[in-house]
Amino acid sequence: MDMNVKKKKLGLKEKYAHMTRGLDWQTSYQPMDKVFPQATFEGIKIHDWDKWEDPFRLTMDAYWKYQAEKERKLYAVLDAFAQNNGHLGITDARYLNAVKLFLTGISPLEYVAHRGFAAAGRNFPGVGPRVACLMQSVDEIRHAQTQIHAISNYNKHYDGFHDFKHMLERVWYLSVPKSFFDDAFSAGPFEWMIAIGFSFEYVLTNLLFVPFMSGAAYNGDMATVTFGFSAQSDEARHMTLGLECIKFMLEQDPDNLPIVQKWIDKWAWRGIRVLSLVGMMMDYMLPKRVMSWKEAWEIYFEQNGGALFADLARYGIKVPDCLTQCTEDKEHISHQAWATFYQYGGAAAFHTWMPNDEEMDWLSAKYPNTFDKYYRARFTYWRDEAEKGNRFYTNTLPMLCQVCQIPMIFTEPGDPTTLCYRESEYEGEKYHTCSDGCQHIFDNEPEKYVQSWLPVHQIYQGNCFPEGTDPTAEGFDPLAAVLDWYHFNNGHDNLDFEGSRDQANFAAWRGMATKNT
Amino acid sequence: MTVAFPDKKETKMAVQALKDYKFPPADSVDKFHGAQLLYVGWDDHLMFCAPFAYCLPPNTPFSDLCQKSMAHSFGYHPDWKSVDFSKVTWLKSGQPWQPDMSKTLAELGLKHKDMLRFQTPGLKGINGSCS
Repeated sequence: MDMNVKKKKLGLKEKYAHMTRGLDWQTSYQPMDKVFPQATFEGIKIHDWDKWEDPFRLTMDAYWKYQAEKERKLYAVLDAFAQNNGHLGITDARYLNAVKLFLTGISPLEYVAHRGFAAAGRNFPGVGPRVACLMQSVDEIRHAQTQIHAISNYNKHYDGFHDFKHMLERVWYLSVPKSFFDDAFSAGPFEWMIAIGFSFEYVLTNLLFVPFMSGAAYNGDMATVTFGFSAQSDEARHMTLGLECIKFMLEQDPDNLPIVQKWIDKWAWRGIRVLSLVGMMMDYMLPKRVMSWKEAWEIYFEQNGGALFADLARYGIKVPDCLTQCTEDKEHISHQAWATFYQYGGAAAFHTWMPNDEEMDWLSAKYPNTFDKYYRARFTYWRDEAEKGNRFYTNTLPMLCQVCQIPMIFTEPGDPTTLCYRESEYEGEKYHTCSDGCQHIFDNEPEKYVQSWLPVHQIYQGNCFPEGTDPTAEGFDPLAAVLDWYHFNNGHDNLDFEGSRDQANFAAWRGMATKNT
Repeated sequence: MTVAFPDKKETKMAVQALKDYKFPPADSVDKFHGAQLLYVGWDDHLMFCAPFAYCLPPNTPFSDLCQKSMAHSFGYHPDWKSVDFSKVTWLKSGQPWQPDMSKTLAELGLKHKDMLRFQTPGLKGINGSCS
């Protein structure tokens, strides 16, 4: 009589081992160091890749199952949002500009993160981090896609959403986030992991994602909230990967500590500079505010980040020096950044405006030490002039920082009425930076930053006009030519919110939905 | 203000790289079609969020910089009409510097990517807020 033998099913642990560690092999046709040429040049020493602890015991088949489930939910919400004219449910059309900033400045970075993690996964000889990087790489392209799909609905109705991919490579303020990721991607795989995996995903991501997603929730933007939720569970995995990676490097060899510390110092500062954009979004661009930038900084950075660095102290990691400056900067950067976009609003693909009295009172209450003293007079003057028909638009290109590529708008530590100027020289050429943090980064790797594609200098070199433009022709308008090259719809995408097509359309369409005449 | 690399060590490479890592600077003066960059910031007038970048031929008279280029850029400010250039003080790379209005940028020794700040005593911006 035949026995009916049950096929043995693999336990979770065995299955996990087969599906991750079991996929590795030693090469025989080529030596391993040729197959993994990027594994050692950064100076990080790894003795035993098997010591890598996988933070999430996730196999690829389980990964597909979870993500597919999330996709189904997300796209159901997006469909409902589109069919029910969800865009008319937002608080105020000014809110749309925060979404434009996200689509043009953040979503393309998700795509670069996808590429970067794919490359890191390829370059690590250890199978543990390789599998983890692969999953994060797939997450990141999913985030880019879901964000583009969620936001594309707004493109049917409003200005400034039409060409984010083209703009990323060209527009002056988008060079700030672009150069941040280019800097990380052009480093080796270990620095990439500290730059993006640890500093960005672990230390700073809450300051990026939470403000945008809470801002969306407070302002009635269900599409954005939904992709936020869909991405959030991945973010938890990304944070854990970043933390595991730094601990692994520090535990493998004591010589790794100074290298890792240098990278943390660099990338904390680089990330904080990029977050200036989030600060102004929170304090100025949300009609219904969530909390101030300063409060967000205190919760997500000073408290949570403080606990993290206390945890890393046992490895010898110190809190980056630049962070002492941030305690002062948190009172200023959002105002400084918004003042910049307001005056260069002729060359931005979103609208800008001055806060009304009630909003200024909110800013005074949230920034009792700085807003009235340093910014209120300036903003009130601009608002009064705009009402007289003399809206302020700067007509000359600004000086940029060689490292963060933000205009030189930040003030001297301890003196908020004086701009901060730092100057270095390398091989007979002068380089200007906005802060001690950026100067320090430049001086550590001048060969890298002498190549910076600074939008202002590129415009002056004549590299930012449409093909066939003759800058010597009579009546040549350089600003119009640059905006054309950016693919801006001049007169619609840019300038003040007051009088914009977005403002008029939103009012008219909402009126149709809520009134009879 | 600090100036890094006072005595350059040409042989030591700071960037960790797989191969020789040497690239020409993106903004050397030869790329500006005969002109050079000059940055100008107005102290105590933060209405202008950052210093301005100008791209000017080296034979530009300094008076043209003040009366034409800077007037165009800074003219929106209500303090601008009160600026008296005979009383303005200048800083070049943070150090006191005295221009001769009749000379050109080249004659004054202004080099590509030099940084000037000017101070207008008595003028402190909107309501004295340094705006």
